Amino acid sequence: MSALLQVSNLTTVFDTPRRPVAAVDDVSFAIEAGETLGLVGESGSGKSVTALSIMRLVQPPGRVAGGRIVFNGQDLLTLDDKAMRAIRGAGIALIFQEPMTALNPVFRVGDQIAETLLVHGRATRREAKARAVELLRAVRIPDPGSRVNDYPHQLSGGMRQRVLIAISLACQPSLVIADEPTTALDVTIQAEILDLLREMKTAMSLSLLLITHDLGVIAETADRVAVMYAGRIVETGPVRAIFRNPGHPYTRGLLASMPGGGPGQRLRAIDGSVPLLGALPPGCAFNPRCPDRFEPCTEARPPDYPAGPQQTAKCYLHDPQFASRMPQSAIRNVDAR
Amino acid sequence: MSTLVEVSHLVKQFTRDAGLFRKGTAVAAVDDVSFSIGKGEMFGLVGESGSGKTTTGRCMLRLVEPTSGEVRFRGDNVLAFSRRRMRETRRDMQIVFQDPYSSLNPRMRARQIVEEPLIIHRLGARAERQERVAELFRLVGLNPVHLDRYPHQFSGGQRQRIGLARALALNPSFLILDEPVSALDVSVQAQVVNLLMDLQQQLKLTYLFIAHDLRLVEHICSRVAVMYLGKIVEMGPTASLFAAPQHPYTRALLSAIPVPDPDAPRQRIVLDPTTVNRSTALREITTGHFAAI
Repeated sequence: MSALLQVSNLTTVFDTPRRPVAAVDDVSFAIEAGETLGLVGESGSGKSVTALSIMRLVQPPGRVAGGRIVFNGQDLLTLDDKAMRAIRGAGIALIFQEPMTALNPVFRVGDQIAETLLVHGRATRREAKARAVELLRAVRIPDPGSRVNDYPHQLSGGMRQRVLIAISLACQPSLVIADEPTTALDVTIQAEILDLLREMKTAMSLSLLLITHDLGVIAETADRVAVMYAGRIVETGPVRAIFRNPGHPYTRGLLASMPGGGPGQRLRAIDGSVPLLGALPPGCAFNPRCPDRFEPCTEARPPDYPAGPQQTAKCYLHDPQFASRMPQSAIRNVDAR
Repeated sequence: MSTLVEVSHLVKQFTRDAGLFRKGTAVAAVDDVSFSIGKGEMFGLVGESGSGKTTTGRCMLRLVEPTSGEVRFRGDNVLAFSRRRMRETRRDMQIVFQDPYSSLNPRMRARQIVEEPLIIHRLGARAERQERVAELFRLVGLNPVHLDRYPHQFSGGQRQRIGLARALALNPSFLILDEPVSALDVSVQAQVVNLLMDLQQQLKLTYLFIAHDLRLVEHICSRVAVMYLGKIVEMGPTASLFAAPQHPYTRALLSAIPVPDPDAPRQRIVLDPTTVNRSTALREITTGHFAAI
């Protein structure tokens, strides 16, 4: 089966006065039909830029500098603007992080849903209004017939996120990219929105690229996970494998630093902080913070190594030729897997 | 354990002025809230946005003037204090804000930010103050070499450490931490949480920890109060409250936390707001565990 979306060696750079800085650096992943891929990373790791690159919405000084993005057999990077506009919304839809700012405050929410349908020629003006009501009902907004005439400020944050989901689903896309869809929301509202996304995904047989920094959200929603750090995907694998047997020290560190051990115990924090993209250390970008660092880590960037069934990690701990030189602590971690 | 802070029947109403076509209305952001914090305790105040947790914290320092109620600190009602006495008392009660990006003055060097409270309270000569600032920097895990940098030259975690150093400058015994790590990256959160726990031990501090992240509160706090629409609906020892939540809102809130385990059973409890009677008073369910049911 060929993947619905295949991203290969995607590199997106931002031109700075000195030199281009890669925000997304040689990133490859695939999303199968009906699958949810969770893209997890901290701020500045490049996960949102990855989403924008797929939609070809990266604004200057940013630009896609290389790679291929194949969606349904079409290479998106070679499409002309008109063909790309037809893909956006109808083939791939994007749900933004901020439900407070992603809606236009001066238009009724119904008109904003209808606009998507009209732009893609999916409905006449009259049909579009009726369809907007249907969509609001589908995302379970109470009393959709009158809510359709509301302005965004009349809706709560959770309701606005539901409207954004309705807009994204209006033209029945096959892939939805949700960029931190619940970050601005309270935890009870977050739970409702995640339930809604899961339900919509099943009902409309969507594929979902879910971008988040929250490992809890990933565990509940994703089938497979890609972990990003400093512009690169450092680990990919099935969700269970990532949580049970993380193959990269960064993934392991993220999981260990979450509260949940005994109350009052010190958390196992990762030392240091996320490096600036313009000033990455040589070798593996995580090496200055890595508890398992050894010789090859500072020399060259690690390639992908198999770390388990369908699991890969960019880490020399998985390279048999270095096995004899690995630090004891690292061997313990690898054995524990 | 003796009581350090006691809040009783605290009320803060925000009024909305009458407009041309509208009557003036009053909204109680904090509605008859009472709790007490023992010396050396880490007390958690949790709730969602709009629950009144931040307003409660600010009322306690009189950064917002409460409408009525009492806030007793070391036995005295700070709401009755003169401005002068309040200012002196604030040496002992400090606050760390949520957002390390907007809570530090971008035009001041880290040194000035940490030194400012000492100047305001006229503590020490210049040389002593400089020494104290360097000491505070080390205390929160920063290198005094960087004292002359501006806030933007520090990472989010480091900025939060600067905020903490400033709050600790006057040797307070009580610290209000308002979402101190929620703006930080996951990998940095844990460092700051560890620092907060270390400092509490080392300096025998008392914390009011205001947060929406229940996992964090469960980890840090010995006692918790849950706020919903301006009221405390449940309060008790953390272990007891998390193991056996009594109020329907607490149950819904706990069930909504995404568990970082793909195999964890999911049992979402959805709150039906009509089942919550806002006038129900707190009653003791088990020792020290209260719920408004």
